Formats: sequence, structure tokens, C-alpha cells
Amino acid sequence: MMNADLRRERAAATFQPELLTHILDGGAERTRRRKEIEALVINDPDFQHEDLNFLSRSQRYEQAIRKSSLMVMKLREYGIADPEEIYWFKRTCLGNFPEPFGLHFSMFQKTIESQATDAQKKKWLPLVHGVKIVGTYAQTEMGHGTHLRGLETTATYDPATQEFILNSPTVTSIKWWPGGLGKTSNHAIVLAQLYTQGQCKGLHAFIVPIRQLGTHEPLPGITVGDIGPKFGYDEMDNGYLKMDNFRIPRENMLMKYAQVEPDGTYVKPVSDKLTYGTMVFIRSLIVGDSARSLSRACTIAIRYSAVRHQSELKPGEPEPQILDYQTQQYKLFPLLATAYAFHFVGAYIKDTYRRISGDINAGDLSELPELHALTAGLKAFTSWTANAGIEECRMACGGHGYSRCSGIPDIYVTFTPSCTYEGENTVMMLQTARFLIKSYNQVIAGQRVSGMVSYLNDLSRQRIQPQHVAARTVSVRINDPTSLVEAYKARAARLVEAAAKNLQAELNHRKSKEDAWNRTSVDLVRASEVHCHYVIVKLFTAKLSEISNAAVRAVMTELCLLYALYGISKNAGDFMQAGILTDAQITQVNQRVKELLAIIRPNAVALVDSFDFHDTHLGSVLGRYDGNVYENMFEWAKKSPLNKTEVHESFHKHLKPMQAKL
Amino acid sequence: MALLGTSKYAQGIGLGGVNPDLASERQTASFSVEGLTTVLDGGAEHTRVRRAVVEVIERDPVFSRENQYFQTQNERYEAAVRKAVHLQKKMHEMGWREDGPEFIYIYRAVAGDVAFLLHRVFMRSISVLGSDEQVAKWIPLATKHQLIGSYAQTELGHGTYLQGLETTAVFDTTTQEFILNTPKISAMKWWPGDMGRSATHTVVFAQLYVHGKCYGVHPFIVQIRSLRDHSLCPGITAGDIGPKMNFEHIDNGYLMLQNVRIPRENMLNKFCEVQPDGTYIRRGSQKINYFTMTTVRVSLLSDEVILPLMKACTIAIRYSAVRRQSKLNPGEEEAKILDYQTQQEKLLPQLAAAYAFHFVNNYLHKLFDTGYKEIQERNFNSLPELHASSSGFKAMLSQYCTAGVEICLRACGGHGYSLLSGLPSLYTKILASCIYEGENTILLLQTARFLVKCFAAASAGQPVPQSVTYLAAVKPGKCPAKNKLDFLNPDIYVEAYQHTAIRLSSSTAAKLQDLIQSGVKKHEAWNQCTVQLVQAAKAHCHYITVKNFVETVEKLENKAGIQKIMKHLCDLFALHGIFSNAGLFLHDGYISGAQMDMITASYLDLLGVIRKDAVPLVDAFDFTDKSLNSALGSYDGNVYQRLYEWAQQSPTNQQISPAYEKYLRPLLHNKLSKL
Repeated sequence: MMNADLRRERAAATFQPELLTHILDGGAERTRRRKEIEALVINDPDFQHEDLNFLSRSQRYEQAIRKSSLMVMKLREYGIADPEEIYWFKRTCLGNFPEPFGLHFSMFQKTIESQATDAQKKKWLPLVHGVKIVGTYAQTEMGHGTHLRGLETTATYDPATQEFILNSPTVTSIKWWPGGLGKTSNHAIVLAQLYTQGQCKGLHAFIVPIRQLGTHEPLPGITVGDIGPKFGYDEMDNGYLKMDNFRIPRENMLMKYAQVEPDGTYVKPVSDKLTYGTMVFIRSLIVGDSARSLSRACTIAIRYSAVRHQSELKPGEPEPQILDYQTQQYKLFPLLATAYAFHFVGAYIKDTYRRISGDINAGDLSELPELHALTAGLKAFTSWTANAGIEECRMACGGHGYSRCSGIPDIYVTFTPSCTYEGENTVMMLQTARFLIKSYNQVIAGQRVSGMVSYLNDLSRQRIQPQHVAARTVSVRINDPTSLVEAYKARAARLVEAAAKNLQAELNHRKSKEDAWNRTSVDLVRASEVHCHYVIVKLFTAKLSEISNAAVRAVMTELCLLYALYGISKNAGDFMQAGILTDAQITQVNQRVKELLAIIRPNAVALVDSFDFHDTHLGSVLGRYDGNVYENMFEWAKKSPLNKTEVHESFHKHLKPMQAKL
Repeated sequence: MALLGTSKYAQGIGLGGVNPDLASERQTASFSVEGLTTVLDGGAEHTRVRRAVVEVIERDPVFSRENQYFQTQNERYEAAVRKAVHLQKKMHEMGWREDGPEFIYIYRAVAGDVAFLLHRVFMRSISVLGSDEQVAKWIPLATKHQLIGSYAQTELGHGTYLQGLETTAVFDTTTQEFILNTPKISAMKWWPGDMGRSATHTVVFAQLYVHGKCYGVHPFIVQIRSLRDHSLCPGITAGDIGPKMNFEHIDNGYLMLQNVRIPRENMLNKFCEVQPDGTYIRRGSQKINYFTMTTVRVSLLSDEVILPLMKACTIAIRYSAVRRQSKLNPGEEEAKILDYQTQQEKLLPQLAAAYAFHFVNNYLHKLFDTGYKEIQERNFNSLPELHASSSGFKAMLSQYCTAGVEICLRACGGHGYSLLSGLPSLYTKILASCIYEGENTILLLQTARFLVKCFAAASAGQPVPQSVTYLAAVKPGKCPAKNKLDFLNPDIYVEAYQHTAIRLSSSTAAKLQDLIQSGVKKHEAWNQCTVQLVQAAKAHCHYITVKNFVETVEKLENKAGIQKIMKHLCDLFALHGIFSNAGLFLHDGYISGAQMDMITASYLDLLGVIRKDAVPLVDAFDFTDKSLNSALGSYDGNVYQRLYEWAQQSPTNQQISPAYEKYLRPLLHNKLSKL
């Protein structure tokens, strides 16, 4: 039976959540298919298991391997081959936890597909597809992460035996972190500095067997293991790998681009910009993941806030739902709006990537640099925001949010590494900044720039007519999303320009470009952030006109306004300093934000229902669809390992002797 | 750095000394590290006692935390019980007394990793709320650990709002007993520490009913487990509430009561009593009781909130001086990540905040000592101020320090995510402080209520407590700074903070007044202003913190370079706060756009200045390697070797996982047969 509070909330919604679900899924048919695939997992007794929170790390790893193996079989049995459908299936099964085979199907297989010669593909891909071997991707070293050129692992070619000799020459060069490396994989693609004929030729990829097929024992010369407990990722055996004069045949270097001939002659690769494409793709996945992780946390926090009653608003009346407190709404609704914004941004990048990867295959690379620069920044912006947002959702659930049963701790610890992996966020922001500065300099040099940075073109006009600086102030209408996009645009223009000027000033004072860049990097990161913020507001606003159902469009417009106005309120300094908004307007914005909280309040539960997370996937007692929180918390707690016996053994071991002695 | 595989690394010896990248940082310190340590401790004698206590504890293998990151919840709990028991013995052996100078350092030395913390709360509540007879009966038993106590206030459905508790205690005149009940599931006691497995007794807060009339929430001593075999008493359902983000060593518990009868004498009756015939009597003032609750919030700040931030800074800054990544200048070796401006901007404001909060904590303790003396003389005038301060500062510091620890965690990249870095545990532990002893938003609103009241009083020319007299000083005007150096003048920035704090209090008070005058009901008007009220409360606490930092620096002796470096940190803390809250300071034009650019420039310059002393500044916190328990943060900076050594100790590398034989092998095998 559904909790009465939630039933009331759902009855009061002004729109049909399913319609919004269809928009998020990309059509009613896709929603149907998604649910069909989810049902395959949910109704399959083979996938049932004990709550992972009660298991030790080793047990969680074992469960994960069991599920990974099972998924390989079942996907084949059901004939599910479409990548998105596979993703739906796995997501339902894993509940967003990683799987030890993750890198086998992504980086290991993809790298062979993209960097191996036809002969190599013919040899390796059937083994990969048939899971005859399990592989991982070993790039990061203990001492080296985002800066790839710094990697220290060496692969020295020996023409006498036609082999590469792999070595980990220092502690810092030990491969560290690759998922599935510690216990699961028997092969790894290893990135190493190639030495041939006495010269270093830079980083190249090698297929390295690490464990004996059949016994799974590490091969001689290989030291491999698990890197130990982490914040999250308990099911993943992130590993280390140390190689001592380990030999592999020449054919194990991936040679589609660069080659080493039998005599050791190095053949240079034709330049390949295509690796850009893979990075764009992976970062776009993180944007989508930011949206989903934040959506899950919002679902839990908002449903719980509708069920939880506390304190009093009006003297003498029953305790109100905590969702009725302005401070609670102020914590949660901007995050809800953010989750929707990020969904639309993720969909945009994916579509753009699809479109231009067609162009790439046709040889047109013109749009790639901008998309690459934009996704770097958006990856950082969305993952940072979602990271903080998940924590706010947890805090908004008070003490119970801190219990593992809330599910939010798991969402957080699983999500937070995305601020680091696939490009550390600060480094990502600086990549976007490099593109912004380059575009700015082009404008200054009299060229026109296009795409999302085209607003920089306006700066040059202002430069020519300095008396028109006042034209920068846009007359902002705070209830019109399009007008707010202009305000964000003006802010981005101002801060990109300020960063560019500060950089120039540093360059005028100092010798080296790098030093000047470093001394401006806080400004540069800011510039990227505001650029990304503008892009997000713009994309959210653009999405509104695509929504055909009037009720849904109305509620999305309110969320879009809340997203934009809350952003202004939180960054009021930028808008005031640039003269985009006056302090009177800021006061209006602050007031409007609070009005919007009250307007969104009746639809809050329906808006999280639209994300359509099944309870199995949500993994939260607080966020259950039926809202029966307290009973189920009690049921959950009874399963705690500390409750296995009524009197804990420590009573006999420690407490009793102490009491006897004192 | 080329050596591998010797087990000496685990002990931190035989590592070939201090990493040269850290050693060089220490050679250039502009001040005396030892001198600063004694300033932080409040004198050389305190430093000596602290180090002595730490040494004794860390030398004892029972207190070792070596395997902590590899232990299960059950193992952590058992270790905590063992340590708690052993600690009693140790204290006896060493002659450390609860009122002795060593006591405050013991908890710090064991890093909080012991059971029976709620036992102390149990004892304190009896001391404060119990009659003399009750104290005489229960305290000796508790002191000798003949029973183990807990404190059961929070329920599944009810937290900070005490009046909402649903547990009932009905007085039965015929048997002279109270009958305790958990009438519904949301009334179950939930969260109390030590209650899941350890406690034999607990103080239960319940709604008192006599002859059908409810008298509100009162405390009762209830036995929940047998003193003989530790089994649950009749009518009691209790257990552990399951895994949490941290506190694996504590058995936070649940408790359900079904017609549990306790004698009349078990109601703590210093202030209220039910007489044998059921007559309810209230006596004395409960104000002293509120004061006790208030002091708890202040007493936890040092160990639970500020120390974790100091530890996180120590780990992240030392690691950032050792970690090299990418190049700043072509042709040079890879740069220390601490040399990147973006890294400095993450870490150095946290370092400055750790110092700022250490000093404001001293201020709060002084405020409370004075208040305590007055209250002893039955003068309760300072209570509202003490209550507002403890609420506001607990909220601000816990929120700020929690965010700071997380920034440190993320600033360490991938390795920060490893439990072996020590940072995830620091984070998951400190973040509970945002909720316990009063949820932060609610606490800030209590401070705001005090500010609004004081603002009204000050405007009417009435006297207000010392910490808020500034509210009377409303004066319009502009910040007089002319260039970026002016913003290194404390008068300039303290004034800016004061101005903003007044503006936020006064505008919120005005808005509240307007709403009420326009006919909105009082409680509704309050709810509509809560977002602003929270902001005003934070601005107040931020202002006091900056002001106190400035005053502390002024009082420092100008020797050994300490005052100078503290002045830099104080400037950084203040300017970072303005930089991060630019909108608040720009709002009414007190700070102009051009001045904000000056502030930014000064702020960024300071990062470069403090960078030079960053490592000595964390060294001055004087944490031992054992207390940091971090592969990244050790004093010698031999990060990578230690990480590698520790990882090899992981049970995942010591035990054979059944996963291969059970699942992987069949999978690989099946495929082979099908191909």
C-alpha cells in the first residue's frame, strides 16, 4: 500500500509523468523497450542477491564477478546486442555499481578495434568477443595520471628475438588503478614508452598476457594484485601491475598507426586526430552519468522529504512534511532543475557527436575541436555540480541519509571518482579555457568565430566603438528564459575577456608563456565555468520549444527559469560586477527564486517520478516508490551483520572480563 | 626511488630518509614550526603533555590502527570495544584522570576509534538531570563500568524537534512504576551510539503521561540488557541499525519498548518529579540544563570538526609537494602540483580556514568559561548569546570543514579516493557532524532568531550582548580602499564583513516586518524568510571569525616569524571569503566592481606567498604518522613506496578469491568449448 503522503502528492501533479519520461528516453517506444529490458533483469531470480551493504569487500567482488559472468550469458540468450539496450540491461542489474568486466568490453575491446591492424583484429577480437580472454586497459601509473607523456613504463625492442621487453623501472611507474586488473583479467593493454634502436619513440599500446590461461596464476615476471580498499568501487578489483623484463612478441604491439619492423625500424604514424573522437564520446557519457546520478539522489531526497514530518510550521498543527519548509525546497529544487538541465545537455552532446562522427568518417574534422573543448569543460562542470548536489541531497535527508540504507552514500562514492577519471576536472577546465582564449585571440585578430563561442564576435565590435560599452548591458527580463540566456552570454563574454586580458598582462610582465598561463589559471577556470554555464542555460531553454504537451512544457519552463535564476542568485557578484544586472534586479531575482520554489512544490514528486527509476535500480529504503520508509528501514537493519547473534562475541571476550576485574 | 619490495617500508623506516621534495620545503620555512605548534597548543607545557600522551597510546599495540582500512564492520566494532576496555586499564596504569591535563589529548590520540562514547553522555545526563540520590546510585556503577550506558533520544521518525517524540511513559500509581512503550514504528529509538550491541542501560526520552495527561518529554533510566549474560530484557527489542558511511566501530542501535516497567525512581528528577500519588512537580530552573546541551556543541568542534580539516590539509599539502605532474616550463622536470595556481586555490584557503577556526574555537571556549561562571552565580543573562553562538558556529564550522575535507580529498586525484590515503574516512566521519547535535540549517535559524531580536533591540537603543553590539552601528557608506594593497589592511576587510553582516540582518528583519504588517501570519512570514535568515546567520559567524583572527594575530608576539605568517593566513581567509561571496559584498555597492578586482588580485597574490610556507604550516599541526594513518601524508613523504606496501597487505591480496574458481573459470571454459 502506498504511503498516504505520496499518494496525495501524485494526485496533485499538474502533468502526466509518463509524458516527461518519454522525453527523457527519446520517445514512447524507447521507454517501452527500456522497461521491457529492465523487466528481464528484475523478474529473473538468478539476479537476486543479498543487499551489498552487508557484504565484505571480497564478497562484493565475488558477487560482481558472478553477475558479470551471468550477464554475458543472458545477453546472448536474449539476443540483446544494441549498445544502449546492453547498457539498460546492465544498469538494472548492477544498479550503477561498476563491474570487473567493465574495461574488457569498453577500453580493451575498443582499443583493439581502433588501433589494431586487420591481422591483429582477426587474431584477438574473436577471443575478446568469446570472453576466451579477459582484458583490461593499463594506462595510469602510480606516479602519473592525466599527463600521459610522463608515463615511465618501458617497452624495449629486441631485434634478436623479435620481442618487446617490458619493464616497470621505478615504484612510480607501477601501473595503478586499472579496473579489473587486480584479480580478474588475464590480459592487459599496456601503455609504455617504446624504445627501439636506442631511441625513445613515445607512448604506444601493447597487448600483454599477465596470467596463465587455465590456472589464472600470474606469469613469471609479472607482479599483479589489488590496490586495496577505496571510498567506493568495492566490486571492482582496481589493480597494480609491475613488469620485470617481461617479453612479448613483436606482433603484440598495436600497429595500425605506428609500426616497429622486424629489424627494429620505427615507422611513424600518420597523424591521427581520431583519438579525439573516443575522448569526446567517453566524456559525453560522464555528462549523462552526472545527470542520472543527480536524478537518483533527487528522487530519494524528494520522496523522503514528502514522507518525513518534522517540527511545526503553524503552532498547534500536526508536524508538516519537511518538503514544505522553504529551506528544504531551496536545497532540493535547484538540484532537481539541474538534473533536468544535465539530461538535456547529455542528449545534446550525444546527438552532436553522432552527427559529426558521420562528418569525421567523411573527412570533415572542422567541428571536432570545438566539441572536444566543450565536452572537456562540460564533463568537469557537470561532474563537479552533481558531486556536490548528491551530497546536498544526502544532507537534506538528515541522519537517515547517512545510513547506507538511504542509497545516497553509494551513489556518491560511485560517482565522485568521475571528477578525476577520464581527465582531472581542473585540467579539463583549462583545456576548454585554451580553446576560449584561442577563439578570443582570433576575434581580436579580426576573424570571426562560430558555434557556441560566437558571442565573442560581439566583443570586437565593442572594442572598435568603446563608447558603446554600455551596450553590453542587456535589458534582462527575469521571467523570460531567452532573455536570461543573453544575461549568461554577457557574463561569459565578460569573464572570458577578463581572463584573456589578465593572461596578456602576465605575458607582458614575464618571460614564459607557461608561467603566465599558470598565474592566470584561476581566472581561466572561471572563464570556462561561466562558458559552460551559459551553454547549459542555452540548451535547456532551447529544449522547451521542442516539448509539445502544454502541461509538461509549463512545468519544464518553471524548472528552466529556476535553474537560470538560481544560478544568477548564487553568482550575483559576476552579474553585478559586469553591469548586467543591478542590485535591485538581483533582489527581484532572489525573490523570484523563492516564488518558483512554491510554484514547483506541488509537482516535485511527479518530477522525480518522471525519471522512472525502478526501486531495484534506485537501491534506497528512503526513496522507495511506495514511501513505506520506516517499516522497511527496520527490516533492513535486522539484516545487519552485527545482528547475526543477539549477544555479540565481544561481550564474552572483552566486556565481561572487564566488569569482572573492575 | 628505484628500490622495491622490502617490507621495511611498512614501518616507515629504512626508507632512506625524507623525500627530498619535502625536505626542501622545510628548509625554507619563514617561521619557527615548533614555535607555532606551541601557540596552537596554548603553551609549551601543553605541547609536552600532548606529545607524552600520544606517545604512550601509539606505542601500545592494542591501539594500533594499522589494519583499520581492511576491517569489516564486525571487526571494527570488536576492536573498538577492546580498545575502550584497554583504555580504562591504561588510564589507571598511567594515573591519568578525567579531570587531569592529559585527558583532553587521549581521545585525540586514539583518533576517536573507541567504543562507549555514549557511556559518557549517559553519565553526564544523570549528573545534570538526576537528583543527588540518583547521582549517588548510578554514577559509581557507571564509573566502574558495572553497567554500560547509552542515550536514547532520536527516534526513527523524529530528530532535532524534541517535542515530536512519540515514545510514551505512563505512570501506574498502583505499582509505582512507569510503563514504557513504543506505540508505532516511527517511535522506535534509532541511531543512539553503543546501543545496538554494548549498552546495558540507556536514558530514554519519552512523553510522560500521568492520569491521562501528557506532561511532555522526560528522561528515564531503562535497563535493556541483562547484567549477567547480556541478553535483552523482557519487552526490549534492540539491535544494530546497519552499515553507515562511517562509524563502523560504533554500534548505533534501535530500541523498541513493549510494556517495559521501571520503578518511579528511574525518572531523572532533579527538575521534575512524579510523586507516588501521581502529582507532577516542576522545580528549579532548567536553564542550566540547556547550557549543558549548548556546551556539547562547542566541545565537539575541536576534535570532530577542526582536527579532521587540519589532518586533511596535512595529507593533501604534503602529497601535493611530492606529487609531480606535467610541466610548468618546457625542458624542466615535471612540476610539483603544489606549484599550480589552481591547486593552491583549492588547498591554501582550507589551510587558512583551519587556523581561523582553531582561533575562533579558543574564542568560543573563553566565551563559555565566562558564561559558565555567571551561570554558577545564577545569572542567566548570557544564555541566549551562548546558545546562538554555539548553534551558529557549530553549523558554520562543520559545514565549512566538511566541504574543506572533501576539497582536500578531490585535490589528491585518484589516490585520494583510496582508503589508504586516509581522506575518505576523514570525510565520511566529519560529515556526520553536520547533522548530529542539531541539524545545521535548524541551528542557523536559531542563531538568526537571536540576530533578528538583537537587531530590533539595538535599533531601539536597548542594550544587546557584546558579540552583536555591532548591529547598532548601521551606517551607509563605501569601502575606502584605493588599491589592492589596501585590502591587506585588516581594518578594511573587517569593516566590509561587518557591513555585510549588518546589511543581511537588517534587510531580513525588515522583510520579516513587512510581511507581518502586510497581514502574513508570523510563522508563515518566518518560513518565507528562512533562506535569507540562514544567510544572515552565516554572515554573522563569518564576520566574528575574521574579526577574531585579526585580533588573535595582533596579540601574537612578533617573534620567530610567526605573527607575519599568521597575518598572511588571516588576510587569505578574509579575502577568500569575499572572493567566494562576491555578490553579498557587491550588493549595495559597499564594494565596487573595481574593488572586487583588487580583492581578487590581492587574494591570488597571497596564494603565491603562502605557498612557500605551506608544508611548514601543516607540520606545525604536529600530527604523528600514526594519527594521520595515511599513505599519502606521512612526514617523510615516501608516498609511493608506502602505497605499494600497504596495498599488498590488503586481504584481497592475502586471500584467494573464490570468484575465479566459481565463476571466471567456468565462463572462460564454456566459451572454449563452444568456439
